Amino acid sequence: MLSVEPDILTDLPWGQLLVNGLALGSLYALTAFGIVLIFKTTQVITFAQGETAMFSTFVAFTLLTVFQLPFAVAFALTLLFAGLFGALIERVVLRHISTTTILNPVIVTVGLSLILLGAAGWIWGYEIRTFPAPAAGPPFRIGTVVVSQLNAVIFAVTLALMGVLYAFFRYTRTGIAMRAVSQNRTAAQLMGISINRMNALGWGMGTAMMGDVALKAFAAAVVGGLTSLPGAVVGGLLLGIFDSVVGFQVPELRNTIAFSLIVLVLVVRPGGLLGKHEVKKV
Amino acid sequence: MARWLGTRGRAAAPYGLGLIAVLLIPALLNVIPGIAPGYVLYLVSLALIYAIVAIGLGILIGHTGQFSLGHAGFFAIGAYASALLTLRLGLPFVVALLVAGSVSAAIGFLLGLPALRLSGPYLAVATLGFGLAVPQLVIWQGSWTGGASGLHGLPLASLPLGAFTIVFRTDQDYYYLAAAVLIVLTIFARNVVTGHTGRAFVAIRDSEIAARAMGVDLVRYKTTAFALSALYAGIAGSLYAHLLHGISPEDFTVLLSIDFLTMIVLGGLGSVGGALSGALLLTFLQNALTRLPVVHDFKNLYIVVLGVILILTIAFFPQGLAGIARGARLRWATRTVDRPAGAGQIVELGERSGVR
Repeated sequence: MLSVEPDILTDLPWGQLLVNGLALGSLYALTAFGIVLIFKTTQVITFAQGETAMFSTFVAFTLLTVFQLPFAVAFALTLLFAGLFGALIERVVLRHISTTTILNPVIVTVGLSLILLGAAGWIWGYEIRTFPAPAAGPPFRIGTVVVSQLNAVIFAVTLALMGVLYAFFRYTRTGIAMRAVSQNRTAAQLMGISINRMNALGWGMGTAMMGDVALKAFAAAVVGGLTSLPGAVVGGLLLGIFDSVVGFQVPELRNTIAFSLIVLVLVVRPGGLLGKHEVKKV
Repeated sequence: MARWLGTRGRAAAPYGLGLIAVLLIPALLNVIPGIAPGYVLYLVSLALIYAIVAIGLGILIGHTGQFSLGHAGFFAIGAYASALLTLRLGLPFVVALLVAGSVSAAIGFLLGLPALRLSGPYLAVATLGFGLAVPQLVIWQGSWTGGASGLHGLPLASLPLGAFTIVFRTDQDYYYLAAAVLIVLTIFARNVVTGHTGRAFVAIRDSEIAARAMGVDLVRYKTTAFALSALYAGIAGSLYAHLLHGISPEDFTVLLSIDFLTMIVLGGLGSVGGALSGALLLTFLQNALTRLPVVHDFKNLYIVVLGVILILTIAFFPQGLAGIARGARLRWATRTVDRPAGAGQIVELGERSGVR
């Protein structure tokens, strides 16, 4: 397997890999956060998260290049679009799917991801586009470690979003209602909370979290624990660091190692690092 | 062995019809003008090979309720095992086919072990990862797997029968080979799912706790389901490698795993016949779409069509084609001809309670 000589290990630019890993991990964490949010409120694990994120990225791309909007405006509009888009998916598709078997939502969200992938290819083509950088400028240095401004912005935005979401779930009426639904759907319904509205909201907010590749976000969500929002962040950051170190060593095995990590974590802790393992009742 | 491959009475009728269809298709293709019989037979062979995977996957997802989004991985393992054994070691095709199936089944068994602790979406994620990992490992170990460019120039498949040997040369030969393997494996699958193993599978699907309370050994049956469905995918992979005379890692993408999933969803989860019809339909649909003159970007269209099929089937016909067929048969059987009113309703209730 990995034949890593000890002296190579000590020679690794650990600080640099850590910083790159944190920036990459922030992206995983955001997407994983969306997956966990949707799972907690609606009990559906979505396989379309990577594709909705990609779709939103292309919308942002169009807003920036075709309409020449400033970055902050494009960012806000994209968030709004993604939120509405997610709510629309819930309203049009998922509300009508019977959830008597756990397979149905999985199959339907796989279907959704295919449609989004095909549609995006249709609209924007398959060639790789360079996304205009939101933060250009000279990178700054901490010791020997180089931090690009883009990485710094990504990390800062992730932290800020986490803060906002924490406050939302902790202090607002709607946030508390969403948590109530995730804890006990029936009881929440009896208290007068509309499950449908919370489902739509969960999808809207979940989809608004932008991110990167689907599998990595899943791995992050699963490693951290599907029932734990902080778990998604921890899982995302951990996976990001892991990915940057492994990617540096054996770039061709990134997915394989991510997969082994998922299986390993799940076998040891089926609920993920911070999640609760639900004991099923008859 | 005879017990597993035997079939009697009315249950044998579909196989008789299937056999007649298999024997008639090449003759019919030679009569229809304007088509290349060789190419169509090649396409049918491909569909039959996919049907083998779909039947195996159907046992796992439809009967046992264990998700897999990584069956292209098992398909690839079977294809590569068979290709390496015949190319590098010069083993005969039949041996390679059996070893490829066994290797794939063994890996399926191993993947079934962590699956004991995973359920639903968690399992889907883990198997998705498995499916992604296999081609990557193949490329990584390029020195003996051929890497990204793959393995080519596989020898012709042959079957020693006592004194003389059948060599499969033409598309028609391969068509008969794929059809024969499919028929054997279909009968085997039918016997497994209707026997006590199949009832244990369904019990696990419907409620693991209830199944355990009834004395179903979860470890044994879940790993069996995984190994069995991997065996089917491995055998199909071996046939695929020999049908194409060459393989490369690109043949085994996640999209192929989703193809397999779509076949059984469209055909009807929990039905062997459904898996078969879903595979045939989807392979021909894919080919028909490439021929549409208006389509410039075929890959997009096919992906979207797959997605639409998955969503519409689950939303409107959760039982798939098999469910539609069952409904039609039921209406035919209970049509009101000299029957006391209400009899049809009773049969219908019986069917709804999941007796298949």
